[in-house]
Amino acid sequence: MSKMIEITGLIKDYSGKKVVDGLDLEVGRGELFGFLGPNGAGKTTTIRILTTLTKPSSGRILINGIDVAKNPARVKSEFGIVQQHLSLNRDLTIAENLELHARMHHLSPKERRERIADLLDYVELSDHADYLIDDVSGGMKRRAMIARALIHRPKLLFLDEPTVGLDAQTRRRVWDLIRRMNSVGTTVFLTTHYIEEAEALCQRVGVLHHGKIIAIGSPLSLRQKLGMTAVEMNVNGNCTEYRYFPDRAKAAEFIQTLPSTERVIMRESNLEDVFIELTGQKVMGD
Amino acid sequence: MIDAYSILWADLTALKRRGPRYLITTLVSPVLYLVAFGWGLGRGINLNGTSYLEFVIPGIIALTAMTTSFNGAGARLNVDRLFYRSFDECLMAPIGLTSLLLGKALIGVVRGIISSVAFLVVALLIAPRIHISVPFLLGLLLTCLTFAFLGVLAALLARSHEDMATFGSLILMPMTFLGGTFFSLSQVPAGLKYALYSLPLTHSSLFLRAAALDQPLPWGSFLALLAFFVAFLVGGMMALKRISI
Repeated sequence: MSKMIEITGLIKDYSGKKVVDGLDLEVGRGELFGFLGPNGAGKTTTIRILTTLTKPSSGRILINGIDVAKNPARVKSEFGIVQQHLSLNRDLTIAENLELHARMHHLSPKERRERIADLLDYVELSDHADYLIDDVSGGMKRRAMIARALIHRPKLLFLDEPTVGLDAQTRRRVWDLIRRMNSVGTTVFLTTHYIEEAEALCQRVGVLHHGKIIAIGSPLSLRQKLGMTAVEMNVNGNCTEYRYFPDRAKAAEFIQTLPSTERVIMRESNLEDVFIELTGQKVMGD
Repeated sequence: MIDAYSILWADLTALKRRGPRYLITTLVSPVLYLVAFGWGLGRGINLNGTSYLEFVIPGIIALTAMTTSFNGAGARLNVDRLFYRSFDECLMAPIGLTSLLLGKALIGVVRGIISSVAFLVVALLIAPRIHISVPFLLGLLLTCLTFAFLGVLAALLARSHEDMATFGSLILMPMTFLGGTFFSLSQVPAGLKYALYSLPLTHSSLFLRAAALDQPLPWGSFLALLAFFVAFLVGGMMALKRISI
């Protein structure tokens, strides 16, 4: 698989504190890659550097073979981004926001008209095209941001916490959109707090901790490394301990050795287990 | 230029949506200044054969151009950059920094011209002797450009909304009352007069007043205003380069 993103030795230093600390990462063309990490791990800073919003202290980044530091103007045409915060122009309608973005990406009036209509249909916002941003729901705003990010048909799409603050139903709709975008060849680079989001969507995830990638691989391979079966033991009624085993049989053998008074749960391991074992933190950072 | 227009297009679209409301609110301040200073304080004052009302109107036009251009470009950009953070979208778009700077400043120019012309129409009903000439319009345009770029510069340098408010209190407010708007510089001591020449609004007031009253034009003030415009433009460009890759 050829590379869409190549990061070598990336460092971002704020007053002596390394927020991104020697990051090396490759993301393949057409891949749906997830960046997991607690608050302050350096996810958003990395995305800001990749999207030309923040200057790195050192390191080299190639996007679709283009050096970000040497040719930021060309790189800007290669990607689209849905930021974590609402970054739509609130004085404009949904359609006008798309129009502005299309103009900034030099689309002709005909292309603008066609793509705005297509994308509004794609994200199911055609009926709300002329609504001002503050007059639509959070889910609609998020879908409008996705439509805007796609208007210039980028090869690479950055999604920074794309479903944060959305209800479960809307989150699923956004997931479907992300899968559809990826299925037509768009490389997706996703950061998320939500472990089930990474598991549901990503072909590969990287776990970021204190600005460094501490584990990388498919969700399944990361779970396999840890153990596919988890045993939760409630010790003394107030403290939960976890043990991981390659399969249920091994886990069952272990449970047999425990005192009968202990409360025990056997279940499949998940990415959150991987994350906690690697970092000692919950993914939500609390 | 097409890129600059793309940026301007969004702001124009928003402005059109609130057109009548904007026109009314933009007239409140200058009309109040006109009533308070022109009719109130200045009634009966005569300055070398010119009524105070005719004297003060060009100053209020310069003042209106200053505040609306500055706020039209600067306050909007400050909010877009620090609160809504929608300015990031412009920084990530494949457009040149010069176009981006120009696009963000032009809405200030448009707002400044609309407000100044609206007030001018009101003023002409009261003082029909005000002389509208090409130099007057040129001076007005340069005033709007200068303060729109100052607004963009301030918004790019500001690290918070308080910074913008501080800029308004420390720079714009003193200029409002000391920039030759409401009194003639010939009435102040020499030392203060030279200090007031360091304010761009002083030159704007002097030039617009001379043009409006059909007096010999102080081209030195026009050049000084031009120098301020270039300085704010270059400053804005440097500030924009600082925050973008």
